[in-house]
Amino acid sequence: MRVPLSWLREYAAIPADTGIDVVDAALVECGLEVEEVVDLGDNVTGPLVVGRVSSIEELTEFKKPIRYCTVDVGEAEPRGIICGARNFAEGDLVVVALPTAVLPGGFTITARKTYGRISDGMIASSRELGIGDDHDGILVLPPESGQEPGADARAAVGLDDVIFELAITPDMAHCFSIRGVARELAHRLNVTFTDPALAVVEPTATDASPHPVTIVDTVGCDRFATRAVRGVDPNAPSPEWMQRRLTHAGMRPIGAAVDITNYLMLELGQPLHAFDLAALAGGLVVRRAKPGEKLTTLDDVERRLDETDMVICDDTGPISLAGVMGGQTSEVSDSTVDVLFEGAHWDPAVIAATSRRHRLSSEAAKRFERGVDPALAAVAIERAAQLLVEAAGGVVDEKFGDVDNRKPMPTVTIDPRLPERIIGIEYTDTQVIELLTVAGCVVHPGPEKLEVTPASWRPDITDQADLVEEVARLAGYDGIPSSLPPSPAGTGLSAPLRRKRHVGRALAAAGFVESVNYPFLDPKVFDVFGLGTEDPRRNTLRLANPLTESQPALRTTLLPGILAALKVNVDRGMRDVGLFELGLVFEPKEGWESLPLPQLPVHRRPEESELAVADALRPKQPQHVAVAFTGLAEPAGWWGAGRAADWTDAVEAAQTIAAAADVELSVSAANHAPWHPGRCARLELDGETIGYAGELHPAVCDLLDIPRQTGAVEMNLDALPISGVKSSPLMSHFPVALIDVAVIVDEDVPAADVARGLSDGAGRLLENIHMFDVYRGETIGAGRKSLAYKLTFRAPDRTLTAEETVAARDAAVQEAHRRCGAELRMV
Amino acid sequence: MSYHNDPYDPKQVAYLSPEALEEAVADARTDFAAAVDLDALHKIKHRHLGDKAPVMLARREIGALPPAAKSDAGKRVNAARLAVNAAYDERSEVLAAEAAERVLREETVDVTLPTQRRMRGARHPITLMADGIADLFIAMGYQVNEGPEIEPEWYNFDALNIKPDHPARTMMDTFYVAAAKAGRDSGLVLRTHTSSLQIHSMLNQEPPIYAVAPGRVYRTDEVDATHSPVFHQAEGLVVDKGITMAHLKGTLDHFARAMFGSGVKTRLRPSYFPFTEPSAELDVWFEAHKDGPRWIEWGGCGMVNPRVLSACGIDPHVYSGFAFGMGIDRAVMLGHDVGDMRDMFDGDVRFPLALGTER
Repeated sequence: MRVPLSWLREYAAIPADTGIDVVDAALVECGLEVEEVVDLGDNVTGPLVVGRVSSIEELTEFKKPIRYCTVDVGEAEPRGIICGARNFAEGDLVVVALPTAVLPGGFTITARKTYGRISDGMIASSRELGIGDDHDGILVLPPESGQEPGADARAAVGLDDVIFELAITPDMAHCFSIRGVARELAHRLNVTFTDPALAVVEPTATDASPHPVTIVDTVGCDRFATRAVRGVDPNAPSPEWMQRRLTHAGMRPIGAAVDITNYLMLELGQPLHAFDLAALAGGLVVRRAKPGEKLTTLDDVERRLDETDMVICDDTGPISLAGVMGGQTSEVSDSTVDVLFEGAHWDPAVIAATSRRHRLSSEAAKRFERGVDPALAAVAIERAAQLLVEAAGGVVDEKFGDVDNRKPMPTVTIDPRLPERIIGIEYTDTQVIELLTVAGCVVHPGPEKLEVTPASWRPDITDQADLVEEVARLAGYDGIPSSLPPSPAGTGLSAPLRRKRHVGRALAAAGFVESVNYPFLDPKVFDVFGLGTEDPRRNTLRLANPLTESQPALRTTLLPGILAALKVNVDRGMRDVGLFELGLVFEPKEGWESLPLPQLPVHRRPEESELAVADALRPKQPQHVAVAFTGLAEPAGWWGAGRAADWTDAVEAAQTIAAAADVELSVSAANHAPWHPGRCARLELDGETIGYAGELHPAVCDLLDIPRQTGAVEMNLDALPISGVKSSPLMSHFPVALIDVAVIVDEDVPAADVARGLSDGAGRLLENIHMFDVYRGETIGAGRKSLAYKLTFRAPDRTLTAEETVAARDAAVQEAHRRCGAELRMV
Repeated sequence: MSYHNDPYDPKQVAYLSPEALEEAVADARTDFAAAVDLDALHKIKHRHLGDKAPVMLARREIGALPPAAKSDAGKRVNAARLAVNAAYDERSEVLAAEAAERVLREETVDVTLPTQRRMRGARHPITLMADGIADLFIAMGYQVNEGPEIEPEWYNFDALNIKPDHPARTMMDTFYVAAAKAGRDSGLVLRTHTSSLQIHSMLNQEPPIYAVAPGRVYRTDEVDATHSPVFHQAEGLVVDKGITMAHLKGTLDHFARAMFGSGVKTRLRPSYFPFTEPSAELDVWFEAHKDGPRWIEWGGCGMVNPRVLSACGIDPHVYSGFAFGMGIDRAVMLGHDVGDMRDMFDGDVRFPLALGTER
C-alpha cells in the first residue's frame, strides 16, 4: 500500500521537523514493512516554478499543431516556450521547468531552438514530473490555488510529499488504510491521533432505505448500508486534492463518484460501491449465487458463479460479485445522475474463497478477506455522500439504509503476567492494560485475569498470544533483551548426517564438484535413458502445478539432473568435468493413490493411528548420491598425456563413497539402463543392490548431446547400514611372505570372482591380495585370460615357512579352480 | 750386523733426507690438488701412499740407519706420511662435497611448472553454509534434524496453524503433488518451509527440544536473479520451560554474529506468521552492502504459537518455545556477494570451485 506522508499528517500530528528516516523507522517498529520510500522532491531538481501563460501563438506549419507561448515566471520579461499540449489557455497557471532543472529519468532542461523558435524552458505534465500517468496535457493549476508566477511549484503539485510503500501483514489488516497506519504511527511517535471515522456523525437508519434492500444471507453479509445522492453532475471530476492523493496512492482518478469511493477506501479501509440507481432493476438482494448464474465483472470477464459466492442482485440477477468486484450493468458512468453508495461488511472467509476461486484480486477483496472494521460502513457512505455533493452537486436522500447483523467482538481472558512469561521483560499490570487499550481493546481487570474485548478494527485478535504480541509490539521489540536459553548438553551430529558429510567431502577430495539440481524432470528422459516400461524409476509423482509443463515429474533418480548440469558445463567449454550430487528422490508408496486423505486434528495431538495414515501417504524419500563425469580423469600437461575418464573412475567413485560410508561393496556386471550394457557395475551390499556405476550407453550420450564414454554412478545412501564399532586388527610384527600367482580363466569369468575364490581359499594367513596384471595372448589360447596376483601372507605368531606359504597358495588356486575353473599358469 | 739380505740400495737412501721428504709431501699435495674428481684422486692415491710411494720407501730405509739416527729419521718419515695422508683426506673431502653439490645442481627443476595432475573438487557453498549452521548449533547443544521434502498438507500447513483458506495454500505459492486420479487432491505438497520439521520434532520427542534443521524448500517462484523455486532454509526450534522472546533474540544475535561477523547489528521487526505469535522478521545491518548500508531481511522468527504446541500434544501452559527460519541461500549470496541466484543452481562447476572451500 502506497501511503503519502501528507495524508498521514492529517490524522497523526507528526511534528514538521520529524525526519523521513524517523517516520520510516517508526513504521518498521509498528510492524509495517517499508518496501520503498519515494521522496517526490527527488523527482525534480533545479528551478520548477509557477508560470502564468501570457500569450499563445499557434504554429501551424508543422505536422502537428504546436504552440509558442510566452509565460510569466516572475521575471522582468516572460519566457518563450514551445509546447505541444493544447489543454490550456492564456491566463492559466502552469508549472514550468526552467533551464538546468532535471526531470525524472535524468532529463535536463536547456534553452534550445525547436520548431524555429527558442524554447526557454518546459511547461510540464504530471507524467513528466513523475507524479501521475496523465499525459493528455500539461498540468494546469486551479486559479483558486492562489499561486504567484515565479513561486516554487513543488508544493502546488505535491512534489513536497513523501510516499511510503508498505507491505501489510495479515494481522495488520487495519493498516490497509490511512486511518490504521496513522493510528499506529501516532502511538509510536507519541503524537495525537485523530480518527477520520469520527469526521462525520454516523446517521441513524431510517425505516426505509433509499433503495429497497433484502439481505438473505446475514452470515456472508452482516452489515449493508446504503445512501443515495440524486441529481449529481455526471461529468464532474473529483477535487484536485483528492485526485492528487489518489495518484500518489497509485490509483487513477476516473470521476467524482468512483474517486470518492476509492478515496474513502484508502483513508478508512472500508471498500465502497457506487451504483447507478437508474441502472438498477428493482430492489437489491444480497444472497449466495445460484447454480449456473453468471456475471460479467468490471474487468470484462464473464464469470460462472459458485454457490458459495456472495452476490448482490437486482431483478435481472447478480449485478455485483460482493466484496470483490462490481458488475458492468450497474456501474456509475458519465451519464449517472442518481448515485447509490453501498457500504457493506462481508465474511472474510467467503471473500477469500471467492477471490481465489475466480483468480480475481481487487483492492476491495484484499481488504475484505483480511478483515474490515464493520463499524465503518455507515460512516463511510455518509462521508461519500457529503463529498459527492461537494464535488458534483445533487441532493442527499434523507433515507438511510443500514441492515446491521453484527455480532459483538469475542472476549479474550488473559493473565496479565503472560506477556512477561513469553517475552522475557517485566510489564506491570498497568502497562499491560495501557498497551492493550492503545491497541483499541476494552480491558476489564478482574481479580486475577483481564477480560479483553478487541477493537472492531482488530478481527485478528482472538487468542491470548495475539494480546501478548500487541503488548510486545506496542512496547517495542527494541526493548527486548538478548540472552541465551539454558540448552542441555548435546550429542552432536547424528550418524547418518555425519556420513552424508563424509561422503560429500570424500567425493570433493576425489576431484568431483557438488551440484545442487532441481528435482523436476521431464518423464520423456526415461525413454532417452532406454528404461523398460516396468522400470520403477518411471513411477514418478507429478506436480499438479509444475513451473514448466515440460517438467511435471519429481525425480526418482538423480541422473537426469546431474547429467543436465554436466551438459551445461560441457556447453560452456569445460571439457573435463566431474560432478556429484546428494539429494532426495521421491518414490510413491504402493497403493498410496487409493488411500483416504488424512483428516488430522489441530486442537490436539493426532493419535498414532491418525499419524500412520499420513505416513502411509507420504512417499519414500531416500537420500541418493550420484556422480557424473566426462573428459580427462587426470589432466594432460608438460609431463605427458592425460588419462581419459572411463568406467574404472565410476566404480572407483562408488568405492570412494563406500569407503566414506565405511562399508565394503561387492561389484558385479550388470545390464542396467542408461548404462553401457558391457560397462556397468552393480554395487551390492549383503546381496542387496545399492546402485550402479559405469559408462553411459553411447546412444544415451548421443541423445543427451553429451560426450560418449560419460561416466555415472548412482547409489542409495540410505540403503547403507550405519557402520558399528570395529575392533582393532591383529598387528603381527612377523615378516611377510610374498608370493605371485597367475591363473588362467575363460574370458567371461569376472576377475572379482577369481579374487574372491583365491582369497577365500588362501585362508586366514592371507593378509592382502593385489591383482597386478591381465594378460591375453596365443600362449594361453583364444577366449582365455591370465590374471596375475600378488598374495601377501603373514602369521600372527611366527615366521611362515616356504612350505606353509606354498600350501596356502595352492589352496587359494584350488578354490579359484573350483569356483571359476581357474588354472595355475606355469611361467 | 749383516746387511746382505737387506734390499738397501745406497742410491735410494736419498729418500730419507729431509729435503726429499719435503719434496715428496709437496709433490703429493700438488698431485692431489690437480685431481679433478674423486675418481682421479683415487687413481693417483697409490703414487703417494702406495707401497712404492716415496714416503713408504723412505720408511723402509730407516732400518738401514745407525741406531742413533733411527729415531730421528722415523719421526721425520712419519710426519711426512701423515702430511700426505692429510692432504689426501682434505682433497677427498673437497671433491666429495663438490660431487654432492653437482648432483643437487643437476637435480634442480623449475618449481613454477604446473603441478596439477589430479582434478580439483569442491562442495557446494550452500552445503558448506548448512554444515556451518549445523555445527554452530551443535556447539550450543542442539540436535540437527533433516526430514522429508514431500509432506502431507497437515505437516506443512494445518499443524502450523495455516488454515485451509490461508492465501499461502494456493497454487500460486505452493507446489501440490497431483493425485493419481483426476478430480482428487493428493493431500501432498512440496514443503514450502522447513517449519514442517518443527512438527516432526515435536511429535517425535518430548521437551526440552533444541533442534536445528537445514533443508531445501519449494515455492512456485519463477527463476530469476533473486528467486528460485528451490531454495534452502535453516529452521530452529526450541521448546522448553521458561523460554522467552529474549532467548530468541539472544540466539539469533549469536547466530548472526557467527554468520556475518562479530560486529554485526540486528533488529527484530514485528511481523506475522501463523505458526508464531508474537512474530518478527530478523534484519541484519550490512554496512558494506554494494547498494549502500542497509537492513537486509534474513528470515522470520517468533514464539511458537500455542495452537502449534497443542496440535503436537505439548501443553502451552507448561512449555513455551521459539522458532526461526533463516535463508541459507540468502546468507551465501550476502556472504559472497553473489549477484544472480541462478549461478548457484545451474551446476556450473566454477561457482563451487571458487567458493566451495571448507572454512
